[in-house]
Amino acid sequence: MYVATKGGERAIEAAHQWLAEERRGDRDVPELSIAQIREQMSLAVNRVMAEGSLYDPDLAALAIKQARGDLIEAIFLIRAYRTTLPRFGASLPVETGEMAITRRVSATFKDVPGGQVLGPTFDYTHRLLDFKLAAEGTTPEAQRKSADETPAPHILDLLDRDGLMEPLETSEDTPSDLTREPLEMPADRPLRLQALARGDEGFVLSLAYSTQRGYGRTHAFVGELRIGTCAVEMEIPELGFAVEIGEVELSECETVNQFTGSKTEPAQFTRGYGLVFGQNERKSISMSLVDRALRWEELGEDNTGAPAQDAEFVLYHCDNIQATGFLEHIKLPHYVDFQSELELIRRLRREAGAEEREAAE
Amino acid sequence: MSDQAFNFAYLDEATKRMIRRALLKGIAVPGYQVPFASREMPMPYGWGTGGVQVTAACLTPEDTLKVIDQGADDTTNAVSIRAFFARTAGVETTTRTGEASVIQTRHRIPEEPLVEGQILVYQVPIPEPLRFLEPRESETRKMHALEEYGLMHVKLYEDIARHGEISTAYAYPVRVEGRYVMDPSPIPKFDNPKLSDNPAIQLFGAGREQRIYALPPYTQVVSLDFEDHPFVASKAEHSCDLCGCGTSYLDEVITDDRGGRMFVCSDTDFCETRRAQGHRGRLAPEERT
Repeated sequence: MYVATKGGERAIEAAHQWLAEERRGDRDVPELSIAQIREQMSLAVNRVMAEGSLYDPDLAALAIKQARGDLIEAIFLIRAYRTTLPRFGASLPVETGEMAITRRVSATFKDVPGGQVLGPTFDYTHRLLDFKLAAEGTTPEAQRKSADETPAPHILDLLDRDGLMEPLETSEDTPSDLTREPLEMPADRPLRLQALARGDEGFVLSLAYSTQRGYGRTHAFVGELRIGTCAVEMEIPELGFAVEIGEVELSECETVNQFTGSKTEPAQFTRGYGLVFGQNERKSISMSLVDRALRWEELGEDNTGAPAQDAEFVLYHCDNIQATGFLEHIKLPHYVDFQSELELIRRLRREAGAEEREAAE
Repeated sequence: MSDQAFNFAYLDEATKRMIRRALLKGIAVPGYQVPFASREMPMPYGWGTGGVQVTAACLTPEDTLKVIDQGADDTTNAVSIRAFFARTAGVETTTRTGEASVIQTRHRIPEEPLVEGQILVYQVPIPEPLRFLEPRESETRKMHALEEYGLMHVKLYEDIARHGEISTAYAYPVRVEGRYVMDPSPIPKFDNPKLSDNPAIQLFGAGREQRIYALPPYTQVVSLDFEDHPFVASKAEHSCDLCGCGTSYLDEVITDDRGGRMFVCSDTDFCETRRAQGHRGRLAPEERT
C-alpha cells in the first residue's frame, strides 16, 4: 500500500551522520589537523582562498577538511561564511611592484633588474612518483642564501618607459564589486577581472587554452610572472594615515600581446592581467589570457565569435559555486514538472495516433 | 558557531533592506525583473537561494511559515529550508496553507485559495522567459524595454505547427497587466490561472540570476495563447486515489513493475485535510475503527 513519503527529516539527519563518519574515514588512521592541511596542502588552501574570495589559510584548511577534500565544496563553505562578515572598509591598493618575491620569471627578457627567481616550482621536476614520500622519510632542508635587496620593478614598466606598451589605464573611481551589486552587462574591466579572479580555475584555464588554439588568439607572452607577499595597508580615519594590517601572498601575471596602432598611431604592445590569492600561477596566467581576449572591443579587434571574447558567456559561467549549485539542483524532485510533461506527451501521442488511424480508414 | 551569531533570519539588516527595496520596486512595476545583489547563502544556488533571501527579507518574528517543494511539505529540500528558518529566525512553522502568513514554494501554488495578507514566495531558477529564445541578458533586457515579444509568439506558433498545440507544460509564459511577459517559475500550467487576481502578494526570487519580481494582490495575469488555440490548464485525467478529489493537481506514483500506478494530490496538506474530513479515494486505506 502506498503511503505518502514521510520522514524527510529523519533521512536528512541520518545522511548527515553518515557523512561525518565517511569524512573521518578509518578511525585507526590518525585524524588530519587543520595545521597539517594548511602546511602540507598549501596549494589546495590557496585555491580555496582565491575562489572563495577570502584570505584566511586556517579557515580554508578547515573548509577542505570539512569538505573531505572536495575543493569546490570547500570554496562554497568559505563563500557562505564570507557573506556573513561585516565590512569595516577597504584597503589601499596593494603595491605588487614592492612584493617580497619568492618566484619571478619573465619569458620576454633573459635578464631583468632584480633578476629571475625560480622559487618553489614544479617546473623542471621530472614527474616521477617519489616513493620516498610514502616511506615517511624526512625532507632535507633546502640550501639558503640571503635575500636579494635589489628592487625588482614590474618588467612591463620598463617597456612602458619606451612607449612600446599601451599605457595603463588609471582611474580614481572605486571599482564596482560583484559581491555587493548585481552583475550587469556590459561589465567594465575591473569587474571582469574580479569575476575571473574568483572564477573556477579549470574553466578559466580551458578558456585561456582555447585562445591559444585559435579561438580568439591574442599572441601572449608572459612578460612577467611574480609570486610573493605584499603588505596590506589601510587608512584608519581616526589616525589619518595608513597602517599595515597584514600581508597576503599573491600571484601576478602580466602578458605582452600583439599590437594596436594604425598608420597614424604608432604600434604598441597590449596587456593582459591576472592576479590571484596565494601561489597559483596556472590560474594567474589563464586569467591574463582571458582578460586580454575579452578586451577585443576596446582594442578595435574583430569579434570572431570565440567563447573567450564573449563577456556574457565568460562572466555568467565562470563561477563554480553558481554552476555547481544549478547543475546539481536537477537531482532535486521535479515530480510536478515531469508530470505535466508526461501528461502532455501522452496527449500528443494520443492525438497523433488518432490522426493516423483516421488517415488509414 | 552558535545560532546567536546570526542575525534574525540569517541575513544582516543592510542586506534585508537592499532586498526589500528590490521587492518594493518589483511590486511597483509588476512583472519587471529587478536586479538585486544576491548573497551567497549557506545552501547551493539552484536550491532556492532566491526564495530564501526573499523570505528572510519578509519574515517578522510574528510570522508563521510554510515551505513546500512540489506541493509537499515533507520533501527533503522543503524540510531543509523550513529547518533553516526555524533555526535562524525562530518563527513558527506550519504545514497548513490557511495558517501560514508566509509560504515559500517550489513549483506549485497551493490548492487552497490564498487570502489577503498572505505572502507566497516562489523559488525561480531562470527568471527570464525569453532566455531560451535569446541567451544574451543584454538583448533580453532590451526586448522587455521595447515590449518586443514577437519572438515568443513565433515560438508558441511553431509549437502548434509541429505538435498541434503549445508544447510547454510548465513555466508557461504569462503577460502581466498587459505589459511585461513573465516566467511564473516552473509551476505546471495547471496553476497559471491562480496567478491572476490573487488576493495574496506573490514574490519571485532568483538567487543565482540575481533577479526579483513580483505580483501585487489582484494583478491581472494572462497566459499567452492564440484566439484559435486558447490556453488550457491541463492535468492528468484522474481523481486522487487517496482523497478522491477530481480537481487538484496530481502526482503519478509507480506502484509495481507491471504498469501499476496511482495518482495522488501533489499538495499534501490539501489531500490530508480532505481525508481528515472523510473524503475517500479509490485506493484510500480502510478507516480503522
